[in-house]
Amino acid sequence: MSNNMILEMKGISKSFPGVKALDEVTFSVKEGEIHCLVGENGAGKSTLMKVLSGVYPHGNYSGDIVFSGEVQKFAHISDSEKAGIAIIYQELALVPELSIYENIFLGHEIHKNGILNWNETIKQAGEVLKKVGLKINPETQIKDLGVGKQQLVEIAKALSQDVKILILDEPTAALNEDDCDNLLQLLRDLKKQGVTCIMITHKLKEIIQIADTVTVLRDGKSICTLDASAGEVSENLLIKNMVGREIDNIYPNREHKISDEIVLEVNNWSAFDTKLGRKVLDNISINLKKGEIIGFAGLMGAGRTEFARSLFGNPDNYIVSGELKINGDIKSFNHPKDAVKAGLAYLSEDRKGNGLILQQSIMENITLANLKELEKNFVIDTNAEIKIATEYSKSLRVKTPSIEQLVNNLSGGNQQKVQLAKWLFVKPHVLILDEPTRGIDVGAKFEIYTLMNELVAQGMSIIMISSELPEVLGMSDRIYVVSEGRLTGEKHISEATQENIMQLATN
Amino acid sequence: MIFKGLVKDLKTHIKDYGMFIALFVIIVLFSILTDGIFISPRNISNLLNQTGYIAVIAVGMTLVIVIRHIDLSVGFLSGFLGAIAAIALAFWNVPAFIVVPSILILGMIAGLITAYPVAKLGIPAFVASLAGWLIYRGALLLATLRTGTIIITNKGFNAIGNGYIPDLFASDTFLPDMHKFTLFIGLVAIAWLVYSSFNARKNKIKYNFEVVPFDLFILKLAFVSVIVAIVTWILAGYNGLSWTLVIVLLVVGIYNFITKKTVVGRHIYAVGGNPEAAELSGIDVKKITFLVFGSMGMLSGLSGILFASRLQSATTTAGTLLELDAIAAAYIGGVSAAGGVGSVVGSLIGAIVYTSLTSGMNLMGIDISSQYIVRGAVLAGAVIFDVATRKIGNK
Repeated sequence: MSNNMILEMKGISKSFPGVKALDEVTFSVKEGEIHCLVGENGAGKSTLMKVLSGVYPHGNYSGDIVFSGEVQKFAHISDSEKAGIAIIYQELALVPELSIYENIFLGHEIHKNGILNWNETIKQAGEVLKKVGLKINPETQIKDLGVGKQQLVEIAKALSQDVKILILDEPTAALNEDDCDNLLQLLRDLKKQGVTCIMITHKLKEIIQIADTVTVLRDGKSICTLDASAGEVSENLLIKNMVGREIDNIYPNREHKISDEIVLEVNNWSAFDTKLGRKVLDNISINLKKGEIIGFAGLMGAGRTEFARSLFGNPDNYIVSGELKINGDIKSFNHPKDAVKAGLAYLSEDRKGNGLILQQSIMENITLANLKELEKNFVIDTNAEIKIATEYSKSLRVKTPSIEQLVNNLSGGNQQKVQLAKWLFVKPHVLILDEPTRGIDVGAKFEIYTLMNELVAQGMSIIMISSELPEVLGMSDRIYVVSEGRLTGEKHISEATQENIMQLATN
Repeated sequence: MIFKGLVKDLKTHIKDYGMFIALFVIIVLFSILTDGIFISPRNISNLLNQTGYIAVIAVGMTLVIVIRHIDLSVGFLSGFLGAIAAIALAFWNVPAFIVVPSILILGMIAGLITAYPVAKLGIPAFVASLAGWLIYRGALLLATLRTGTIIITNKGFNAIGNGYIPDLFASDTFLPDMHKFTLFIGLVAIAWLVYSSFNARKNKIKYNFEVVPFDLFILKLAFVSVIVAIVTWILAGYNGLSWTLVIVLLVVGIYNFITKKTVVGRHIYAVGGNPEAAELSGIDVKKITFLVFGSMGMLSGLSGILFASRLQSATTTAGTLLELDAIAAAYIGGVSAAGGVGSVVGSLIGAIVYTSLTSGMNLMGIDISSQYIVRGAVLAGAVIFDVATRKIGNK
């Protein structure tokens, strides 16, 4: 059995401060197969691949990697590349201003005494391009190619080296249907040529089409390995193994008192990202009632954050079409400030990146979005500001000796509370929470859930974007599910289960 | 024991006082090396007047750097606007009270023009303002092409750079050689300083905020008060406060107030600290960019007026490299290139440190080549100090 195993990862564990990302994971890949790695967001797929490729060097994890019959101790990505492991990430790593052949041989240039041999380079580039079925002049610049073709160039780049295992991280996430089919066909061809392939993907249909073996990860543990030839790979079985998480009783109870009054209505909402050159949202219609929490479920990259940001004044300058009504009035926002004025608030998923101003104090962060209210004769009323900031930081139980403390010095949970306080001080009607509990501890999570319940009891309405299904099921009154920019379903909480939500999310 | 505690307190708050200590060391050092000529009333008065046109640009530059940009065009813009002022006064006979505000408005417009490609098109400020640098350099040469240096004879205008405030309390019996009104202003300033410091401290204690230990607080207050007193005394012994110094203090006062106490000021620092977070908090980052560059242009105009008035003429090379002096002053004054950090008062002190070096070394007869090297070393030292103490602060 183990003779034809090209890769065996045994008992891999890897911890980050406060989280065990991988817990005794076992993962074995046979030579010449297509092996799919599936799991929810945060299940540990990417971490496992980073361990394999040496992004997390040997000694940073525990367990053994046996590759081509030898225990490997990669200290750097270049070590794993030399051994024949190539990873193609979701965000493509090509230089847009360079040509195809320059990209393919970037870092492995064909040269003699330091002088590049361009003719040979172009010739060899043409050969690998043929392998991936790309009929195109190798002198074309990358920026002139579509995403699908860029991906093929990436694969060609991997093949130009002596690659034994090709790892693809959600290769079809950004592709349209035709490009997807082409890619899957290419993978089958490569398999015939003897290339082993590991594919991380969320799309169950693809898995059923292409996989020889599937390994399911959940919460950092390897749950099972399914064999397609034994007929074990089915959509139901995959979903059952992917979710199956216990819904702990960590969600505070609340009475579901929802009025019929619709505070926010979005109709036929579409958005086109000019930078990516593709539609990120396609014809989404939702509504939100007063006092309601709606869950916005979906996998990473499904368009949830894009939806929230395009509603909230569209800071990314998408080309947006559709209708937005707040309390029945049609609105159109040119800037987040218009959205704030209209009673919207958006808690960013990336609190350090674009939520908080880290080197400013708790007080300055809390009052930032509504300083106008503290203005008296063109001057900020310092006493009022201190009073407000103290009030909010106390009521949200921000743990700090003083509101003059820099936000940078707070823990994740407390930073999140400061971000929430900022938006509560704006006194919004509609609060959009984007991954409100990401990266914070259980205690702080519970406090945020309790607060959400208090807010809706006071008549606020909440849209909660979350990747954690138990959280969505534990907190929402109603759940919308998106997949690839489309709304794939709406479920009342009484009819929602982890299985049917995941089914819609992978649709 | 008290002394030991003091040293420890100083160490933990070194970042707040580093600038003042550096300035103090420089003054003492040069005073000794020049046998007291450096500290003489005439020299101090001259030094502060020379600081004027750098200081106002450094104040504007501080805010530009705080919002993570740079403006290289301001030196020649200042020179060009000075030349326009000279032409208006000398050839068109426009009265000074019309010329001065017009130049400030022109400067503001120039700043807004620089801001346009930066805010609207996302062009790096370095490039946009480098274009301005070339354009205003050409414009300055063009304006002075036929005439060469333009002599300004308008007395009112020239007083801005050379005149002193009148002594309202002139007396032949009480301290006859001193400028009594200047002394009075100094006294009022110290009284206000003491009052507002105690008030701010009281407020902070009321809200349980962290305050510096009392002994250090008194020491700092006493130190600053003594410096103000000495400077006032020195100036009063010469001709009193100059109009230039009055203008600089007003500009610094107003900008300090705006940055510390108003919504706009808070928004500027928020944009500098994290532009994306500021935008998502409903702050119009483009508007702030226009505002900061507009203010920078206006202050360039003011600087041009101060410079032309001080020389009583507009020259073909006015403002050359002024932008780099101002940038150096701002960095010496503790501005951070990472954005969101820096104060206008710090930049004023930075500008004084910068001109003190020039003045002191001139008095010592050190040649210009060595002067540049010393100034470079001080700039490097200040920035290294800033980064090093920030690390201490983070621990």
